[in-house]
Amino acid sequence: MNTPGMNTPVMNKPAKGAALFDGAILRAASVDALRKLDPRALARNPVIFVTAVAALLSTVLFLRDLALGGTVPLAVVGQIAAWLWFTVLFATFAEALAEGRGKAQAASLRRTRTETPARKLASPDAERWTEVPATALRAGDLVLVEAGEVIPGDGDVVSGIATVDESAITGESAPVIRESGGDRSAVTGGTRVVSDRIVLRIATNPGESFLDRMIALVEGAKRQKTPNEIALTILLVGMTIIFLLVVATLPAFASWSGTGIPAIFLVALLVTLIPTTIGGLLSAIGIAGMDRLVRFNVIAKSGRAVEAAGDVDVLLLDKTGTITLGNRQAAEFIPDAGVPERELAEAAFLASLADETPEGKSIVALARERFGFDPEAIGRSGLSFIPFTAQTRMSGVDLPGPRAAGGSAAVAEAPTEIRKGAFDAIAARAGRRGISRELTLAVERVAKAGGTPLLVARDARVLGLVQLKDVVKPGIRERFQTLRRMGIRTVMVTGDNPLTAAAIAAEAGVDDVLAEATPERKLELIRGYQADGRLVAMCGDGSNDAPALAQADVGVAMNTGTQAAREAGNMVDLESDPTKLIEVVMIGKQLLMSRGALTTFSIANDVAKYFAIIPALFIAGMPQLQALNLMGLASPQSAILSAIVFNALVIVALIPLALRGVAYRPAPAAVLLRRNLLVYGLGGLLVPFAGIKLIDLAVTALGLA
Amino acid sequence: MDHQGLLQILLYVAVIVAITPLLGGYMARVFTGERVGLSPLLGPVERAVYRLCGVRPDQEQHWTAYALSVLAFSLVGVVMLYALLRTQQWLPLNPAGMPAMAPDLAFNTAVSFVTNTNWQAYAGESTLGPLAQMAGLSLQNFMSAAAGIAVAVALVRGFTRRSTRTLGNFYVDVTRATLYLLLPLCVAGALLLVWQGVPQTLNAQTAATTVEGASQTIALGPVASQMMIKHLGTNGGGFFGQNAAHPFEGPTPLANLIHMVAIFAIGAALTNMFGRMAGDVRQGWALLAAMALLFLAGLAVALWAESQGNPALAALGLGQPVNLEGKEVRFGIAASTLFAVITTAASCGAVNAMHDSLMPLAGMVPLVNMMLGEIIVGGVGAGLYGILLYVVLAVFIAGLMVGRTPEYLGKKIEAREVTLAVLAILALAFGILGLGALATVLPAGTASVQDGGPHGLSEILYAYTSAAANNGSAFAGFSANTAYQNVMLGIGMLAGRFLVILPVLAIAGSLAAKKAVPASAGTFPTHGGLFVGLLAGIILVVGGLTFFPTLALGPIAEHLLLGAGVRF
Repeated sequence: MNTPGMNTPVMNKPAKGAALFDGAILRAASVDALRKLDPRALARNPVIFVTAVAALLSTVLFLRDLALGGTVPLAVVGQIAAWLWFTVLFATFAEALAEGRGKAQAASLRRTRTETPARKLASPDAERWTEVPATALRAGDLVLVEAGEVIPGDGDVVSGIATVDESAITGESAPVIRESGGDRSAVTGGTRVVSDRIVLRIATNPGESFLDRMIALVEGAKRQKTPNEIALTILLVGMTIIFLLVVATLPAFASWSGTGIPAIFLVALLVTLIPTTIGGLLSAIGIAGMDRLVRFNVIAKSGRAVEAAGDVDVLLLDKTGTITLGNRQAAEFIPDAGVPERELAEAAFLASLADETPEGKSIVALARERFGFDPEAIGRSGLSFIPFTAQTRMSGVDLPGPRAAGGSAAVAEAPTEIRKGAFDAIAARAGRRGISRELTLAVERVAKAGGTPLLVARDARVLGLVQLKDVVKPGIRERFQTLRRMGIRTVMVTGDNPLTAAAIAAEAGVDDVLAEATPERKLELIRGYQADGRLVAMCGDGSNDAPALAQADVGVAMNTGTQAAREAGNMVDLESDPTKLIEVVMIGKQLLMSRGALTTFSIANDVAKYFAIIPALFIAGMPQLQALNLMGLASPQSAILSAIVFNALVIVALIPLALRGVAYRPAPAAVLLRRNLLVYGLGGLLVPFAGIKLIDLAVTALGLA
Repeated sequence: MDHQGLLQILLYVAVIVAITPLLGGYMARVFTGERVGLSPLLGPVERAVYRLCGVRPDQEQHWTAYALSVLAFSLVGVVMLYALLRTQQWLPLNPAGMPAMAPDLAFNTAVSFVTNTNWQAYAGESTLGPLAQMAGLSLQNFMSAAAGIAVAVALVRGFTRRSTRTLGNFYVDVTRATLYLLLPLCVAGALLLVWQGVPQTLNAQTAATTVEGASQTIALGPVASQMMIKHLGTNGGGFFGQNAAHPFEGPTPLANLIHMVAIFAIGAALTNMFGRMAGDVRQGWALLAAMALLFLAGLAVALWAESQGNPALAALGLGQPVNLEGKEVRFGIAASTLFAVITTAASCGAVNAMHDSLMPLAGMVPLVNMMLGEIIVGGVGAGLYGILLYVVLAVFIAGLMVGRTPEYLGKKIEAREVTLAVLAILALAFGILGLGALATVLPAGTASVQDGGPHGLSEILYAYTSAAANNGSAFAGFSANTAYQNVMLGIGMLAGRFLVILPVLAIAGSLAAKKAVPASAGTFPTHGGLFVGLLAGIILVVGGLTFFPTLALGPIAEHLLLGAGVRF
């Protein structure tokens, strides 16, 4: 499994991605934008619904003026009506575009699905099968899949073992092994069996697979609003009601001063005041958030989970594979008193030549690095390798006779036995006297520091030990520092004893550690954090991880894991890369930030719009209010038209931001808030002053109003 | 502005800042049920009250029970006061033989005093006898203030308690607020005022012979005691129709300062109490700082507007075109302006100058103070819970920008809290804009307005703003005592009080049930300058966006027209 981007402390790169604006997607979105004018679809978005009603009203006013004539020039009324419709269309377009991108992503995953018939069995060991279409399979059905066939649905292997090519969904070309029992029993529909045959139990009913769920999340019509989105929608509805009240009462107050306000201007005022910018982009932001997750090959089962990811306070990370490289590596040769290090290294090197375990390979590599021993240059004739067995708990090599390092062979009668193994195994072989006091101390020291001592003996003489230790992944320490700056605690979970665990934890720079972890203790730890009000994220793959995955607020199941784990988690990582948990958190944060930033921007925009429209409304009755015309807009009509045009165009201008999400660099909240307030608060205050003025200049130059 | 004026303002701010932690610490002990210095003296009284009223002080209430208690308590208050006002001619302690109040005026007055508004559509000294003043109005001055404080305390408990269903006991909170806070401060303050020459007597009036030899009847009464609670409890209902502008209410500059300090004292101290109960005093100072920022900004605008003088007077060739009409000339323009800004900021509504006579923009500052929802120190209790509603909004809008579900004091602000905060803010907008617009178009409403043009509009706007914001101050020139205005303003006052209190208590209940998330580098700090600025900004933007169009038609238009030489 690859470990993408471990060298960059900021973010993994997304696995795949389309250009922000793809021609085909744009065309499809334009059509969808029109389709979304259906009132039932619009009603899902109250702010845009009100805008649509206002557009309809302005069209009616235009038709009335066309027939009966009115006080406001007909061309201006017509333009206002048109721009109000554009405002609605831009909003539906933004949503359609986000959906289109999400669907394109989903479709590339869905393509892996085929309509090939599945071979349904009555029982795991049945000889006969019936052919049914893959789409007709229901949870609990047993299916036989043989080499070369496509797996018809998500499920668990109940018998057999096979290699499976999962490149269609993970992009990883090396086939993986799937077998019954254990933690590698889950298979995903759409992947291909490369060798052997397996019987699997289908886990989902039609339309309920991960892919189906994810597709539902990016399709607007079925998408459920997330808790945070609901709260924001309520705020926007509240503001819309307040502005309705403001606009509805304005004619009464104006009539006191004898000022009549044309209805079309009131409609324009309403639309510019209600938060159309964020209202129009809200669902696009949500869909784009899901889509970003998919680009990282993570499938969320609900939008709620993505939002919760942004709130996470504690990350539970498995030591192996996440914090350390999977296996222990030789780090140092520690010779016994009176033994040259080179001699120890040579013995260990020879004993490991045929050892294909990662530990063995790492000893060879270390010896080569320190003393230049070349495994290729060694003549292996006459060497007889002794493999590791559970009985001897040693491995090694028998040499034909005493010989100098790497060099010429000498004649010898008895073979020389070189052995490496755990302390007690070698000690038993050498006898109590064979172990010096210094060596015993060294063994204890290594164990205390979190390493594993591997003793090396030549015949009865113990030469010293090789220190094996967990190697912390490069760059992981920086990533944990980043997380700490973001206010997220990292907890390392490991089955190691507390001493070993503490040593690795210190090296990796995690905040806390759970040693001698069992599924129960893991669950207990999560509950403890949650009782303190913290949100916990974790990833896991085994069946025994399932309760903890279900308990965690964000549980990312590895796609290679068991079906139970994948059911329990609320996200599935198709690439099974546990470090991605960090990206998931960042995507969640970016989603929330994008909403907040655009809401702030949208509300701040209103100030400038007021200064454009209010003088324009009342100037006929009270010419002195010209003093409020800070922007020096040419005429009341052009002022109102400019505000409306700005209001519509700003939605389009912000679509890329909504789809990409606001720039996010990990930093403490106070820093983020200061920067975003400056950019989106102050920016939102100032930008429309310039924007409306420019549009006014254009409108006047073109003689539009 | 003269040095004396500046000195006065600095002295005032210094006094408030000095007493805030003292009083705040005391209140935190009172409302967490701890023993205080007065406990040996008042403890038996407190227990007697509970026995008498059948209150079980250890029995805490769910937010719905707490809210029902507030409503029931207020309803009883309205009914009792209404009955008293309608029957005072038959009751004792009415030496001047004042007649019964008209039904609509009695409704308006009863609602006004129970909602802590103290809008007075009548002149107190010529309408009410001492019994109605003391057993009716003064009693409600205490009760409405105590109820406001209780609601604020309940909301503070909502923010600071964890995973609980209860908010405390309303009756206990009201009793403790009255006994341990309002009464002792009033007694001390009233004695200070009597020392400064404010009358305190049961005689209704005294006869005097003027310098010209004419005989004059001067109204008297228990002025000092009612003065103190009207300011301390931000009630504002004066003994005299002219309120604090009457020489008997504010005889000396020191008495004037005591009034002003009393108006802000409890409201400011409540922020400190909030900080202490939250376990972080800085949270309280941050709220007070946001209030101070808005207060000083408003004061600066008002002082600037007044110092510009009146161009109309300048046009008449007067050397010093300073606008002195309707000012408390003994203390100067700065003091009058300061008082106006304080009284409207604090929802007090006591006045020592005629706000109607302020320069248009200076007159707008009190209006804006009220439109923002009386959150600049605000009414006792109401100010704190009002600004906490804006905190909910500010935290929600800006909090998202740090990439987390927004939280304040560790409590997540979610859909429920946002809905309720928006409802409360809508209630104020409805009271001011909805009812105000109605009064502007209906003949029954416009009949009360003395002036035409933008100034007339300001008068209507001011009346409805004052009512909905539970302030009670008035622009003169508006005849409030008509059946229409009495009823509609009464509705405005009820909406402004209870349609805010209900959502506030619902928020308190919802927050109290939540767990608190421990603060980390990922949660944005709510005690720093950034948050203060953000909060003040959100208050100005939300309030400003709601009311800018109407303000443009009223005071802003008047200001601009005055500059152009148009008068009304």
